Amino acid sequence: MSEVAQPTKPEMPLLVIRPSKGWSALNLRDLWVYRELIYFLTWRDIKVRYKQAVLGIAWAILQPLLTMVIFSVILGKLLGVPTEKDIPYPVFSFVALLPWQLFANALQKSSTSLVGNANLLTKIYFPRLVIPLSAVAAGLVDFMISFVVLFGLMWYYHIQLTWNILWLPLLILLALLTALSIGLWLSALNVQYRDVQQMIPFIIQAWFYASPVVYSAGIIPSAKWQLVYALNPMAGVIQGFRWALLGTQPPTAALAVSSAVVLVLLVTGVYFFKRMERTFADIV
Amino acid sequence: MTDIAIRAENLGKRYRIGAIARRNDTLRDQLSDFGSQMASRMKRSKADKQNQPENEVWALQDVSFEVRQGQVLGVIGKNGAGKSTLLKVLSRVTEPTTGSIEIRGRVGSLLEVGTGFHPELTGRENIYLNGAILGMKRTEIERKFDEIVAFSEVEQFIDTPVKRYSSGMYLRLAFAVAAHLEPEILVVDEVLAVGDAEFQRKCLGKMGDVAQQGRTVMFVSHNMSAVLRLTQESIVMEKGHLVMRAFSSEAVDYYLSAGHVKAGERIWKEEEILPSSAPFRPLALRLQDTRGQVIETIRSTEPVTVELEYLLSAPITGLRIGFYLNSSRFEPVLTSFDTDDPIMFEKFTNRPAGHYISRCTIPADTFNQGRYSLGINASSYRIRRYFQEEQALDFNVDGAGAPGMQWPEPRPGVVRPRIQWAIETL
Repeated sequence: MSEVAQPTKPEMPLLVIRPSKGWSALNLRDLWVYRELIYFLTWRDIKVRYKQAVLGIAWAILQPLLTMVIFSVILGKLLGVPTEKDIPYPVFSFVALLPWQLFANALQKSSTSLVGNANLLTKIYFPRLVIPLSAVAAGLVDFMISFVVLFGLMWYYHIQLTWNILWLPLLILLALLTALSIGLWLSALNVQYRDVQQMIPFIIQAWFYASPVVYSAGIIPSAKWQLVYALNPMAGVIQGFRWALLGTQPPTAALAVSSAVVLVLLVTGVYFFKRMERTFADIV
Repeated sequence: MTDIAIRAENLGKRYRIGAIARRNDTLRDQLSDFGSQMASRMKRSKADKQNQPENEVWALQDVSFEVRQGQVLGVIGKNGAGKSTLLKVLSRVTEPTTGSIEIRGRVGSLLEVGTGFHPELTGRENIYLNGAILGMKRTEIERKFDEIVAFSEVEQFIDTPVKRYSSGMYLRLAFAVAAHLEPEILVVDEVLAVGDAEFQRKCLGKMGDVAQQGRTVMFVSHNMSAVLRLTQESIVMEKGHLVMRAFSSEAVDYYLSAGHVKAGERIWKEEEILPSSAPFRPLALRLQDTRGQVIETIRSTEPVTVELEYLLSAPITGLRIGFYLNSSRFEPVLTSFDTDDPIMFEKFTNRPAGHYISRCTIPADTFNQGRYSLGINASSYRIRRYFQEEQALDFNVDGAGAPGMQWPEPRPGVVRPRIQWAIETL
């Protein structure tokens, strides 16, 4: 939509606005200039979430904890779902719940983010990518806080930490990028088709069952099907979490497939978003 | 040519009416539309290939202009003339369909005050958030924080969520942040149209300061006195086209006379009236001279009759119908309602359904010569406003025969009563 050309005077950059044609340039530089806005919008989302809630930020701990208790009672105790390497079910499911909830929240928030910020879109310029990016980032704080519970559980069940934990940041990044890439597609589509908003809970629910949160990925029969299974990037992320924290089998092949899938989704997602971006303010 | 801050060339912006009217269309609508479009496309393809589809509208077309650095340029025009679209394109909220704009300097746009304010956050938090949204750096906000708070006069409540603010406090805080934006180019849309008189005065003052500092400003307003006060030059927009660029006084006169001349009578068509006006439905507003002729130019020395004809489809309690009279500079001259007189008020407390005319006569020797506009209002005090049109009818006043006309000088002031003087020799 715009480009920054050579300035004629050092302090007066020349900006040229003209209709963009075809695939518009990515313009990551513009995004960098607006990094503080990403920070402030993320900060706003975090601040607002627990305003006027008595328990406040404690909800970040309670939500995964209560979910884990339900899973442990029904699936772990009553149904006897098997884990891997005799890991107790509560910690087995909790390790998976953390990245899952990070992903599910980020996906849900980012998909509805553009429509939710319509007032900004129609009144002010900034790189539109700022909005889904900050929506995805806002879930990180909750995620970090709930780690306290995880370490408590691991201590309780005498599970030793290993150096593999150093892989976690990359796995977290993969989960966030998965959410972002789908979020870019869905948020841009949601601007025009509000059907997306109705579909999101269903998508997340289906995705939940397609990811090894409450069961072990080991129940997938052959190695070939394991790779097909890893086309779901969250399968790779969750297996990676279990490996990095609980010492299950390293899911090398699955992670490779998952990363490749995320890369494709992300690149297409960004380009789709950039293409739709120019009409956001007109149709939102 | 580096002293040009903004250069727009052949700017055009096309909207699809469909996209505006049915903007939340669902996938199913689109799919069924797609079917009918394919069908009609096949039918049409032979008949006319190159014609422009009917569901498109050009909100801007062939707009070219330049703004010098440090110039304050007014943008005036009726609703729907393309002013706001122009500002949206300039501030990069939306893309132009054709043409280009070259801008030298950082652009700050104020298309409304308080964009992105979050009701749950405190005043302090919103200053940071809103500042960042308007494009200020964090350090810049920190530096100006105290100044912003002082300007907003909400010091006491700075740590209270803004949802507990009165609307006045909210506006003051929002404007305070915006007023401390320091871009080289400022694009402002009608932000002064909100708030009370005191607030508006303060905003205007601040806008004046901004203009003094040598910043380039593009300023859209319906407030002609603000345009005249803040700008020297203005452009006039009409139906998406730039029709005039001139000194603001000239542009304002042109705007006020163009398209508003209704020869003494304003007749409302049914489709012009929003359903929300019911049960009130205006039919016509007329100006008549003493012989009952509908006139557009009245004489200062003769009385004039203002007549409003309307229908009530249901009885209304406490209805009052009246007019605002403004000068061509939008200075209020007077406001009057048909039930101002306590006796009338008693008698017409309950107005049954029916066909009415409310009529009054403004006495002779009231107006100075010049141009005036009548706005009408039908409401029940503190209950509901049924209908309002700020500028329903314009008229001219001819000063012939008015006191002091032996001197062919323009007399300042909106009224020109025949005042009795006595001169005593002592």
